[in-house]
Parts: sequence; structure tokens; C-alpha cells
Amino acid sequence: MAFDRAAAASLVDVLSGVLTLPVDAAYREGVTEHIVRLLTVAALLTEFPLPEEVEVAPVFHP
Amino acid sequence: MSAPDACALAADIRARRVSARETVEAVLARIGALNPTVNCFTDVLADRARRDAAGVDARVAAGSNPGPLAGVPFAVKNLFDVAGISTLAGSRLYRERPPAVRDAAAIRALAAAGAILVGTLNMDEFAYGFTTENSHYGPTRNPHDLTRVAGGSSGGSGAAVAAGLVPIALGSDTNGSIRVPASFCGVFGFKPTYGRISRAGTVLFAGSFDHVGPLARSVRDLAAAFDLMQGPDQDDPVCSERPTSATTPELARGLENLRIAVADGYFATGADPEALEATAEVAGSLGVTRRVAFPEPQRARAAAMVITAAEGSHQHLELLRTRAADFDPLTRDRFLAGAFIPAALVLRAQRFRAWYRERVREMFQSVDVVIAPTTPCVAPFIGKTDWGRVGGFEVPVRAHLGLFTQPLSFIGLPVISMPVVRNGQLPLGVQLVGPPWSEARLLRVASTLEATGVVGSREPPHHA
Repeated sequence: MAFDRAAAASLVDVLSGVLTLPVDAAYREGVTEHIVRLLTVAALLTEFPLPEEVEVAPVFHP
Repeated sequence: MSAPDACALAADIRARRVSARETVEAVLARIGALNPTVNCFTDVLADRARRDAAGVDARVAAGSNPGPLAGVPFAVKNLFDVAGISTLAGSRLYRERPPAVRDAAAIRALAAAGAILVGTLNMDEFAYGFTTENSHYGPTRNPHDLTRVAGGSSGGSGAAVAAGLVPIALGSDTNGSIRVPASFCGVFGFKPTYGRISRAGTVLFAGSFDHVGPLARSVRDLAAAFDLMQGPDQDDPVCSERPTSATTPELARGLENLRIAVADGYFATGADPEALEATAEVAGSLGVTRRVAFPEPQRARAAAMVITAAEGSHQHLELLRTRAADFDPLTRDRFLAGAFIPAALVLRAQRFRAWYRERVREMFQSVDVVIAPTTPCVAPFIGKTDWGRVGGFEVPVRAHLGLFTQPLSFIGLPVISMPVVRNGQLPLGVQLVGPPWSEARLLRVASTLEATGVVGSREPPHHA
């Protein structure tokens, strides 16, 4: 599954503002490319059926 | 190989066949001669090394025990704190930081055994890479072919050991950063179980699966260093309270009662033929024909990539906000991208991690040690690691180098990368993988293979 590059670029723009994490215009294309790669590999996880009872791996010990 | 390993050197020093002072002077001279070419050291600690060597020689002369690694020079990836110098973590920005006030826990463990720290070693910026093509400090060159990368992110560690500059170096491994340079440089690399060795005093990358461990030219050196460093440490929140057990006494036990198999499926594809042949050679020498398949390793690697990007980015978020221009161009875009991953995907990756851990535990109910390739290819050329052909496909080379290492460190399994003897060819490593806390078993198998000559570290030809 490949993600829409324009949508990924929009994600960068929006979250850059939300997180007050400026992305210089010179880096925007490269950052977008990596977001697309990450979203693409993450699809391997979202499409995989996990049993409901599986919790996140790190367990907090008080 | 001609240079003695750490255990042999320590024996010589204890027996006064050579002094620690002479050893350190020889190492400093060799670093001075070779480092301008190999570029593995970023700081050389000559004064400290000479002072420590004098201390070892004094203990030997006084007849007191100088420690099991008496006078053995070692070096560390420059993300380990060393008292008196700034901890670089491969970053130009960290050069501005104040000097560390205390050595990292792993350094203290080796130094307490008489080992002598001689310097710090180059790495990919903040450990985010597999090639040590560091834009700030220059690329580390592979001692077996100076036009090729040393691997990464502990590339300086792999190169320093391979070049015979130190018998032991420390590295860190999040996704393969000890094992990839060990494979490319033709040395042994050992990533113990997550939480077995303290990471206190190191710059973390992705804390969920950051490990530290040794690289060396012999299995007994790996075991000696591991035995000194393993154990609980309250200064590292993920360090295990589990009791330790010395591995060195186990090395001679051989393969008795061990169930060994070769990783199939995912681990038998996507690689150049010579990487798969090296794995087959190791398996064949042990008479291993059984094959096992890890459950969903491709998704495990995907999850490792997602968590690494998110945690790594978070680790350096403030610098990304204010000093992004000072990051290495090879890491900057990836660090920035990691900040924008939706939480739902990161948590999904962590849930998958728990699922995968349980399935792998089940797999290890019927097998003790699994053999797998370390890298899918030999070391690529410096500056040509963007895109290239590996395993018959055009791939992003830098990322692809972690193909076989990421699904294993992702759940903290202990792994040794062993250099397969391939005379006249570039080095390649093969991994031994076990369930958590099975370090002694892995070292037994590696020691057996080393004794038969199937694996072993060979000196680079141009340094003869």
C-alpha cells in the first residue's frame, strides 16, 4: 500500500504547526518522503489482525 | 591473526612478558599511523591511557591482582560517557556540551578489571544509520577495503577492532548497530539480551530496544567482556535484576544437548547469494538441517522502524526545533519525520511487539539456537549507499542493511554475529540467535565454530 504524497506533505505542514516544530522548506520534500515510507511500512501493522487482549509491550512498574 | 586477543594480552601482561605501558604505547602509535586513513577514532585519550597503564604495571610489580583484563586497551563508541570529554553521539551539536563527569557503567566495569580506555569511536549521528558515513566527522573506512563502509552505527568500533587497533570495543545496538559493522569488518559482535548490560551513561537512541555490547576478534574476548559488564544497575531503569551467570566457564562445553536450526523464509530471501551461502556453510559445518520460521518477521521489522523513528525523534525533539540545520543531512529528515508519526501507529507497533514476543517464545520451546545471516550483502561502497541492487532487487541500501537484524533486536533477543572465514573475499557475518538470557549457549556454539575454523577474525590484508 502506497500513501498519497500530497496527503503526507499536508500532514507535515499541519503537525509542524501543532508541535511547533518548524520544517525548513529545504527539508520538506525529504521529510515527506520519509513520512510516506513510515506510513507504508506501518500499514503492515494496521492490516494485521491482533487479538484485543494484546497490550502494548512496555509495562510500567510503579 | 597476528595481534593477540584480549585474553592472551592480559596473560602476557600479568606474566610480565610485556608491560601495560609498552602495550599502550604500541597502540597509540598504531592509532597514529592508521587512524588518518581508517578514521575510526574521534578522541584519543593518550594521557589517561598512559596513567592507567602505569597503575596496572604498578599492581603487577607489587604482586597484587591487576584484574582479568589487565592492561588490555579498549575503545568505545562515542555515545558512551567518558569523564572529561564531551559525549558526541556522532553529533556536531553535542561537541558543545560540557564534558561528562563520570564514565559510563560499561566502561567502569571493564576499567575495574584492568582494561585501559584509549579513545572514543566514530558512529552514525545519534546512532541512526548502518554505514557510519558521518557528515561531521567523516566516514569510517572499512579496514578490509578502504573504499567501503565499515557498517554502523558502531562503525568505528568494528573498524578499530578489525584494524588491530584494540582487541575489544564497545558499541550499541538498537536495530543491528553492533552486528552490521561486525559483519562488514570481519569481527565478532555480541548484543546480549535487552536489559542484561547497563546502558547508564550512554546517549540513548530508541530506549525500547537500545542495547550495549562488545565487539572483539575472539569468542573468549566477547565472553570475558560480557561477564564483566553483565548484571543489575539501578542507574538504568530497564536493566534486569535477574541474577548473572558467568559464560566463560561454559565455552568449552560444546554443542551437547543443543537444538539448532536455520532461520527459513524471510531470512533466506532478499540477500545476495554469498550471504546465504555463508549461513549455509555455518549450518552445514554443524550438521544442522532443521529449519524454523520466525512469525511475521517483515511486520516485526516494520514495527521496529516505526518505534525507532518515534522514539529517536522524541529523544532529540528540542534540538530539531531549534538546531535542525546542524543535524547530519543523512539523519535530519528521518528524525523530523519521526516526530509526525500518529500515536495510533506507534501504539499499534508496540502491541504487535507484545504479540510477536509471545510467538517467538513459543518457537524457542522447541529450538535453542537459530542461525541466520547478519547482513544481506558485503559492505557497500562509501557514498553509494542510497539505492543499489541487493538480492536481485533495487533497494534503499542503507535501510536494507538491517533486514536480518531488526526483527531480532526488536524483542531484545541475544544475538552474536560471527565472521565467517572467507579467505580472499570481503567479510560477512552470520548470526546465532537464542531466547532471552541464553547468552552462554550462544557463546558455546560460537566457540565451537571458532575452534573448527569455520568462523574467525582475519587481519585485513593491507595491514599485514
